[in-house]
Amino acid sequence: MEVPVSWLREYCDPALDSDQLSERLTMTGTKAERVFRWGPPSAEKYVVGRVLTADRHPNADRLKVCTVDVGDAQASTIVCGAPNVAGGQTVAVARPGAQLADGRVLEAAKLRGILSEGMILAEDELALGQDHTGTMVLADGVAPGTALGEVLPLGDDVIEFEITPNRPDCLSIYGIAREAHAATGAALAAPPWADDPLAGADGDAGGVRISVDCPDLCPRFTARVFEGVTLGPSPIWLRARLLAAGMRPISNVVDITNYAMLLTGQPLHAFDLDKVAGGRLTIRRARAGESLETLDGQTRELDPEMVVIEDGDGPTSIAAIMGGARSEVGESTTRVLLEAANWNGANIQRSALRLGLRSEASARFEKGLSPGQTAEAMAVATKLLIELAGASVLPGTIDVGGPGLPPAAIELRPQHVNELLGSDIAPSRCRGILAALEFAVDGDDERLLVTPPHFRARDVTRPVDLIEEVARIDGLDRLPATLPPRNGATGRLTHAQGLTRRLEDALGARGLSEIAGWSFTDPAILDRLRLAADDPMRNVVAIENPLSQSLSIMRPTLLSSLLDAAKLNLARGAQALQIFESASVYRAAASLADEHHGLGILLVGDSRASWRSREIACSDFYAAKALLEAVMAVAGVAFTLKREERAFLHPGRAASIHVDGTRLGIIGELHPQVAASWELPQTAVWLLNLDALAPLAPQTVTYASFGSFPALREDLAIVVAAERPAAEVIATVRAAAGPELESVELFDVFTGDQVGPGRVSLALHLEFRAGDRTLTAQEVADRRQAIAKALASNVGGELRA
Amino acid sequence: MSASDRISEVQDEAVAAIEAADDPEALERLRIQYLGRKAELPQLLRTIPQLEPAERAAIGAAGNAARGQIERALELKEADLAAGEIAADDAIDVSLPGAPSLPVGHVHLITQTRRDIEDVFLGLGFQVAEGPEVELVEYTFDALNTDVTHPSRARTDTFYIDDDTVLRVHTSPVQVRAMIAQPPPIYVIAPGRVYRPDNDATHTPQFHQVEGLAVDEGVTLADLKGTLLAFARAIFGPDRDVLLRPHFFPFTEPSVEVDVSCFNCDAGYMRDGSRCPLCKGSGWLEVLGAGMVDPNVFDYVREYGYDPDKVTGFAFGMGVERIAMLRHGVPDLRLYFDGDLRFLRQFGAR
Repeated sequence: MEVPVSWLREYCDPALDSDQLSERLTMTGTKAERVFRWGPPSAEKYVVGRVLTADRHPNADRLKVCTVDVGDAQASTIVCGAPNVAGGQTVAVARPGAQLADGRVLEAAKLRGILSEGMILAEDELALGQDHTGTMVLADGVAPGTALGEVLPLGDDVIEFEITPNRPDCLSIYGIAREAHAATGAALAAPPWADDPLAGADGDAGGVRISVDCPDLCPRFTARVFEGVTLGPSPIWLRARLLAAGMRPISNVVDITNYAMLLTGQPLHAFDLDKVAGGRLTIRRARAGESLETLDGQTRELDPEMVVIEDGDGPTSIAAIMGGARSEVGESTTRVLLEAANWNGANIQRSALRLGLRSEASARFEKGLSPGQTAEAMAVATKLLIELAGASVLPGTIDVGGPGLPPAAIELRPQHVNELLGSDIAPSRCRGILAALEFAVDGDDERLLVTPPHFRARDVTRPVDLIEEVARIDGLDRLPATLPPRNGATGRLTHAQGLTRRLEDALGARGLSEIAGWSFTDPAILDRLRLAADDPMRNVVAIENPLSQSLSIMRPTLLSSLLDAAKLNLARGAQALQIFESASVYRAAASLADEHHGLGILLVGDSRASWRSREIACSDFYAAKALLEAVMAVAGVAFTLKREERAFLHPGRAASIHVDGTRLGIIGELHPQVAASWELPQTAVWLLNLDALAPLAPQTVTYASFGSFPALREDLAIVVAAERPAAEVIATVRAAAGPELESVELFDVFTGDQVGPGRVSLALHLEFRAGDRTLTAQEVADRRQAIAKALASNVGGELRA
Repeated sequence: MSASDRISEVQDEAVAAIEAADDPEALERLRIQYLGRKAELPQLLRTIPQLEPAERAAIGAAGNAARGQIERALELKEADLAAGEIAADDAIDVSLPGAPSLPVGHVHLITQTRRDIEDVFLGLGFQVAEGPEVELVEYTFDALNTDVTHPSRARTDTFYIDDDTVLRVHTSPVQVRAMIAQPPPIYVIAPGRVYRPDNDATHTPQFHQVEGLAVDEGVTLADLKGTLLAFARAIFGPDRDVLLRPHFFPFTEPSVEVDVSCFNCDAGYMRDGSRCPLCKGSGWLEVLGAGMVDPNVFDYVREYGYDPDKVTGFAFGMGVERIAMLRHGVPDLRLYFDGDLRFLRQFGAR
């Protein structure tokens, strides 16, 4: 809502400048977005002039050299490009030194060899119109040299307000004036509709008939009839206000409806009554399949939730949204039917949205105006049509629906105000604030009975709504800053939340970068991941109204964003990448979605360990497994891997991750076809379900004695068939080694001639310790024998000497 | 000169010479010169038995002490010179990079910022609540006093899965779930990912919020102000102030927008007098929306112990991306989600 400040001050004129006023209104809930200057920044050097002579410029066909009396002893020479400039005209002149609307300062300058001492102005140069074709000719009788500001509105401050949707009453100059009154205490002038020329006059409004078939959607429809209307341009002051408020002047009749709307907040519509077939209007729901050509020439399909206005020849307009061309006012108009109606806001909002049509009027109606506003706008427009368009109004106001029920009184305990706000506001202050906002206040200091004005009836229905009014006008800056009682509050992360942080930090500490990818992905990813038709990952959550097809499903795996990020970074020059993501993944479910918090890593590219090492850090299965071991150790759980083929993983290099019999995720190298689809070399990943892991991770660690007796160390080299999993060999060793085996570490894997074809040598480092004694060499030798026996019988292994 | 004077003179001379020696050969020559078979001190010591008995003890003790001092000086100097040789022989180029290199990883800037915010509220006694991102329309809108005609429910403003299910547009439904799960008093924050169909430099279709809810007996708007003041100072610096401006939200009444005083300037202007680019000269940064929980929201969860006549509460919500943007000067929110490490790594080494 753009409010020209001079217009606002006509109704409420606080002793504050525009910036101070906008600040005060912001702090009371009417947020000023910006304050800007409309028109020339200053009226200085703008004067009235009289053109004495206007002759053709000797060096330019389209220019004239004028002598202009600007009130000085000597006339000024001004070069002018306007074709209509002529001797004898009274004109607006900017003299050298004047600040123009665009911020430039006018200087005397030679134009085609002749010094021009100023500028004869067109309307647009004063921001008083859009006309640039000719000089603005003023009425005669004003002495040359008179300050132009005494004759014309010359520039204005404009405050642009953001009006919240609960306050459509503030989408008006008078509404803002009311707020300024309550916020500053400055006097509020009587409303502009106070002197309705037709107040109380009975009549049948020229016999025009209005019927409303859908009162639920059109609670009130009022109309008046005007005759003897002379269509023409509006006077400059009116055009200036519309322009400063951001509206385009069109003709006096249309401008008056817009002016009345800006002043009161209530949109109006003017029909050419001679083009209203049958002199009657019917307001009804559209019929199924009905369509209508709107003013913009488009044919609109309507549905029965939309409201049309029809005359004797059928529908002419979509109610509250767009008028029809058939009954529009034009140059030939002499009789006007003026409509001010109240519509169901929710219905208008829906219709405007369905039709993709939003107008200044519909934007107001959809917020839900008060039926009382129709009479206010009608009074303002009536007065102006009489004054400015030569109209006479026929007696009688058609009023279908009436103003509705008066708002009910609300009970407010002033103590409740302070209980909710934590403030110390006296009952008298509550009364004063509410009264300034035009609420009727009754009752005593224990219990106020407050009745909202009609224009706040929708917005204020409960005590808490009144408390908000008191709070905002009293000033939120006066509130103390306290902390809530916090009865029983304990601020701590849950076990799962703390674990998630620790695991993320564990990966970050090992050099991985966390990414935050899109939750949305492309359904095509399911094929790129080679998923079978019945793969459960195809059971995705699809968005009905996605931004695009490529963002139309919720990712069923973190792989989508990890792979996209890997591709992007490699394309931008990265050689190797270690990234992780910690976020939700989604599968379709009977209700809502099956969501879990996933943690996944991706390693791609090879890099040298350092400048002094030839060793290459590969992005292979074991590199990923080392990071899995790290996070599982941080989580405090022991895990096992089981070979498991997944369509997107290398069939020989993939496994599922298990803890205590629960499957928590997968690990593997990407299937080469999948890697190729993202243009990646060898890539390793793992994906974990943290929601499933958290309950398995210990919350507290209980002390275990580490013993005071020395450990005995024993190294074993075990030769087994190459396809025998190392985990089985280790499990056999553990089982056979007895309770004193403290730890097993695999420190070498060796194949070659010494161990024979198809065989592999695994080197294990064992530590034995007893809690109650020092183990003897003989005891360990016995264990070794037991291990050898178990290996031979269980895994076909043998100990190398 | 007495014998004892001479002994002390020889000791001083020897120790000085030893300290001045700068190579092992010179040191060896000094050892022979002062302690060798023909040297003065050993010779003197050998003559002690011939001295008067009254002198023997004193001279003997002095002589032996002097020999000890010289031997000790030689030892120290020898160790010194040896150490010097180690340094000379084993010098390295200290300017080479450390090896093996240990890359600095990091959590995402959004994660860092979200955790910072969580930690402030954990310290104030709030718990962290979570909930689904694919959420019921009922919990997203109906429970929050957002009636069926509210524009935020339109398909232009909300992603729908079906007529009853949406991608949550705020984390407020987590507050509803928290209230259903736990009677008052309740102090929770709800951080999480939310979705709206916008896509430009300042709006991404996914972003992160932290919302908060406090419901207890006697919670006031002044308590909200104090809580957010504590938050603002923890996140933006100890000198920050907050400004509450009246506003409108369906789920709170009264509702406020909350500005935090700009940390980048002095009341809108930089030291050189230019307008602050961060707050655009206003001196305030718009950071969050908040208010007192609307009684209609309590009505929805009344059966779980939320009687609007007995308890009051406040709620607030903020955007994690916006706070990270303000603190770190990130110009385009899309950078957060592209996964370009040239962006993400800048915030790694904190």
